Amino acid sequence: MTAVGEPGVQDPSVQIHAADETPRGYGAMKRKEDARFIRGRGQYVDDVVLPGMLHGAVLRSPLAHARILSIDTSAAEAHPKVHAVITGETLAGLGLAWMPTLSHDTQAVLATDKVRFQGQEVAFVVADDRYAARDALALIDVEYEPLDPVIDAKRALDPDAPVIRTDKDGKADNHIFDWESGDRAATDAVFADAEAADDQLVVVQDMIYPRVHPAPLETCGAIADMDPVTGKLTLWTTTQAPHAHRTLYALVAGLPEHKIRIISPDIGGGFGNKVGIYPGYVCAVVASIVTGTPVKWMEDRSENLMSTSFARDYHMRGEVAVTRDGRIRGVRVHVLADHGAFDATAQPTAFPAGFFGVFTGSYDLEAAHCAVTGVYTNKASGGVAYACSFRITEAVYLIERMVDVVAHDLGIDPAELRMRNLLRPEQFPYQSKTGWEYDSGDYPHTLQVALDKAGYAELRAEQADRRRRFEAGEPVSLMGIGLSFFTEAVGAGPRRSMDILGLGMADGAELRVHPTGKAVLRVSCQSQGQGHETTFAQIVAQELGISPDDIDVVHGDTDQTPFGLGTYGSRSTPVSGAATAMVARKVRERAKIVAAAMMEVSADDLEWNDGRWQVAGDPDASRSMADIAMAAHSNLELPDGVEGHLDATCVYNPPNLTYPCGAYVCLVEVDPGTGAVDVRRFVAVDDCGVRINPMIVEGQVHGGLADGVGMALMQCIAFDLDGNCLGGSMMDYLLPTSLECPSWELGETVTPSPHHPIGAKGVGESATVGSPPAVVNAVIDALAPYDVRHADMPLTPAAVWCAAQGNPLRPDLGIT
Amino acid sequence: MQVPAQFEYFKATSVDDAIALLTRHGPESFLVAGGHSLLPMMKLRLAEPETLIDINGLDDLAVIAVESDRVRIGAMVRHSALLASPVIAEHFPILTDAERVIADPVVRNRGTVGGSLCQADPSEDLSAAFSAMRATAVIRGADGERQVPVREFHRGPYETAVEHEELLVAVEVPILAGSSSAYAKLERRAGDWAVAAAGAMLRLDGDTVAEVGIGLSAVGASHFVAPEAEDLLRGGPATDDAFVEAGRLAARHCSPSADQRGPVDYKRHLAGELTTRVLRRAARRSRGEEA
Repeated sequence: MTAVGEPGVQDPSVQIHAADETPRGYGAMKRKEDARFIRGRGQYVDDVVLPGMLHGAVLRSPLAHARILSIDTSAAEAHPKVHAVITGETLAGLGLAWMPTLSHDTQAVLATDKVRFQGQEVAFVVADDRYAARDALALIDVEYEPLDPVIDAKRALDPDAPVIRTDKDGKADNHIFDWESGDRAATDAVFADAEAADDQLVVVQDMIYPRVHPAPLETCGAIADMDPVTGKLTLWTTTQAPHAHRTLYALVAGLPEHKIRIISPDIGGGFGNKVGIYPGYVCAVVASIVTGTPVKWMEDRSENLMSTSFARDYHMRGEVAVTRDGRIRGVRVHVLADHGAFDATAQPTAFPAGFFGVFTGSYDLEAAHCAVTGVYTNKASGGVAYACSFRITEAVYLIERMVDVVAHDLGIDPAELRMRNLLRPEQFPYQSKTGWEYDSGDYPHTLQVALDKAGYAELRAEQADRRRRFEAGEPVSLMGIGLSFFTEAVGAGPRRSMDILGLGMADGAELRVHPTGKAVLRVSCQSQGQGHETTFAQIVAQELGISPDDIDVVHGDTDQTPFGLGTYGSRSTPVSGAATAMVARKVRERAKIVAAAMMEVSADDLEWNDGRWQVAGDPDASRSMADIAMAAHSNLELPDGVEGHLDATCVYNPPNLTYPCGAYVCLVEVDPGTGAVDVRRFVAVDDCGVRINPMIVEGQVHGGLADGVGMALMQCIAFDLDGNCLGGSMMDYLLPTSLECPSWELGETVTPSPHHPIGAKGVGESATVGSPPAVVNAVIDALAPYDVRHADMPLTPAAVWCAAQGNPLRPDLGIT
Repeated sequence: MQVPAQFEYFKATSVDDAIALLTRHGPESFLVAGGHSLLPMMKLRLAEPETLIDINGLDDLAVIAVESDRVRIGAMVRHSALLASPVIAEHFPILTDAERVIADPVVRNRGTVGGSLCQADPSEDLSAAFSAMRATAVIRGADGERQVPVREFHRGPYETAVEHEELLVAVEVPILAGSSSAYAKLERRAGDWAVAAAGAMLRLDGDTVAEVGIGLSAVGASHFVAPEAEDLLRGGPATDDAFVEAGRLAARHCSPSADQRGPVDYKRHLAGELTTRVLRRAARRSRGEEA
């Protein structure tokens, strides 16, 4: 081990960026956290080693649906390095064999009666090291009686389908919920009218948004340390929502909440995968209680892909009523939602289909309605975000694909069709037909910026030339141009309408300013790579006129931070970022009183100018935050009732969601002989309101675009009809690499949110939401010579070729 | 985190030492070369060798040597070394083409020619390329060396002519004056196994095909070759129509299986399409029309 001060070892406290690069507020600056990450000094859950720590491993079901006849753990228990073997029976004795999900369902922690998906947790071994724990798994003998699985979601509600949730009293089918949004009667009337009119038509298309997995670089895990003396549980865990987890452990396990400390250290990507509580975490806690020592459990890659929260799996039928001259009147959607074996979707309570209700997209409609039916299947549970803002990914894909299908059927250019139907700037705030209030935007402008950046007209001309050559028999690739225009709805959310398991979605913030003017911000949301330590410091810096380098952001430890619902659904900046601005403004107001006392003037005579409190009209009479902070801690006499110090706290309850938008243009080349798709260019113009750190925004967009290319072209978790997961390793579940990604071309428009304190809207998921339809639309556009109207993701070479042959593949099932 | 089962580890100091270790530790002892197939399988516990014998130190097997009428490629030559070799690029562009699309740079830096052949994955690239070139495998045991044509080297998926107490030490590829070659593969993503791949070697005599070799991978072609297509071309005209017809024959006679890379009809189509493309390319190279 080398130490600081030795040759070649840099002092990790040194900031990577030079001080003169640091803006005093908003602007591009390098990330404060990268100093430790690029030196390998990050601390992830698996880096934490506690004295005497034992290691856990989970035995998983090889079958998708089977009755458990017996479990013999005697050989595993006899292993010399094994300390305990926990089964469902053990947990049942503690009342912990089942746990509540985030969607008011229950989920088996360790199976007692049946296994319900391949990879389900059956037993937990605790051993001296992770090797021995794995070895002992092979010594457990489970006798299964195989049952017919329900794999095809379209068959889940068949009268003769096997019933998966026999644990629920009286459950005789696989139905979970029916949910609808919009005005059914008004929508049906518009469609009836369109069907009857000669100058209108109804366009219908079925499409699948297949099951994908967030696949964060760091898999899920936990270290549970129950102190037998103090009765305090410290849980280091991979969570995007440490405070919500603490409350849930208290409610479920009956542990007093003040005796639970959740530490979410550095997190290697979440994307929704780390929102829920997994059986492995609970097992680690129980194991620590049982053994009296800390227990670490880290899942491996296959466990992560096969058993933790998936995303999407929506089987959708879209219908659009449209006039022949391209005015979209109404949209009607039916969705069959595959939720797997347990309904563990993470979303606000009143929204079983998340925010799918924004399926009306960015368009001005007369009426809209959707009906969503959720079903159980013998697959892993979840249905989380994956950078989707609660199902907005599915909604945006549906509407943006449908607009292209309409353009195809009407023979109208898809850019022109969008321009004709986009909401106009004067319509904001816009009340959508499904009840959402879009806060702000200038959609036609944003689309025009993207079209100009792409050189849309020139691209269409190049494409026309290419098609002529193709039709003349030249060996050329097919060029496709795809658009999408998305509206996101992020920053959940107003307490009156949004909660998760009864916890309202407001976030706290605490700001301390030390005597020398250095500050510490404490926030509830936890960064998984978003750069909160930098951007949140910049928000404070902007409000207080100090350098972001002088502000530390503390997060990810429930003992050190105020309550809040966590980081997902692009809510950090819209909610915790707002809380940060508000708490900084409270500090600034306190500082004003102190500054007035310092300068012996009335506070009413002060104005905030260039980061200082200044006597109005007298630039020479001013005080910086550092001056004021020292005075606030000194023996300076303050007005009666003023306590001194500058520290403040606040809770931010968002009045509405924020609505980022964007216009994306994708250019692909398709090899007609092989079906291979090459993404040649991708233009992404995002409007996320005010940008705190444009470099970080662009990084987020880059990641989301790569994600979108992955989902559109290669990522998919399919199942064969026996219920075997066909995406259970990185060999089978393909994440895109730099070779599949073009050099992204980014642009921006800025429409501040009118209700957010700093006008920011959130951007973490925008590109993941907006890019898949652009890629798919481009590929379908390329296949015009084959008259392909739709093909489902992932558009692998096989899927493209089969679609061109008129024989499209079904992506959710194994290819036979 | 994926962790392997327990195993013993030995580092071989010579080929003879490796053979002695294999003999001593019996059938549950495995050689490890680059390890990029074996170690993941061990971590997944799909392979649980009792003993690993590491041959990474055997530098004399990591040599590319030009002999009069052939090039001898040592079994421990890394993919990256094969890719970078000017001798290989000069005589066997098929191998340079193939190496460019084998896995990714990280794997190529470590993975070896011999390891790839001995793993005998049905989607492996060099097996098809060497088969197209009619290369010869050199296998050493306690009793000395023996030579096996690469076209007889594979006995089925993951099975080869190398016995337990033997080592593949080299592959010898004949230099065929006036020939050229090419390789093409389609994958869903860089680093994925091939959906299908084809390699072709052509020696033209004017406009006539004097000699031809066609290798196929990932499409269930017996011994990684397309003999029917070769027979069609040999002695016939080197025309585009002939290459298209050879592609049709290659497609007809392979037997791909369906998986998430595609259904059977697609893979069969691809076998034909890629065969035609590599024949065209080899012919263009042969005529000096393409590098």
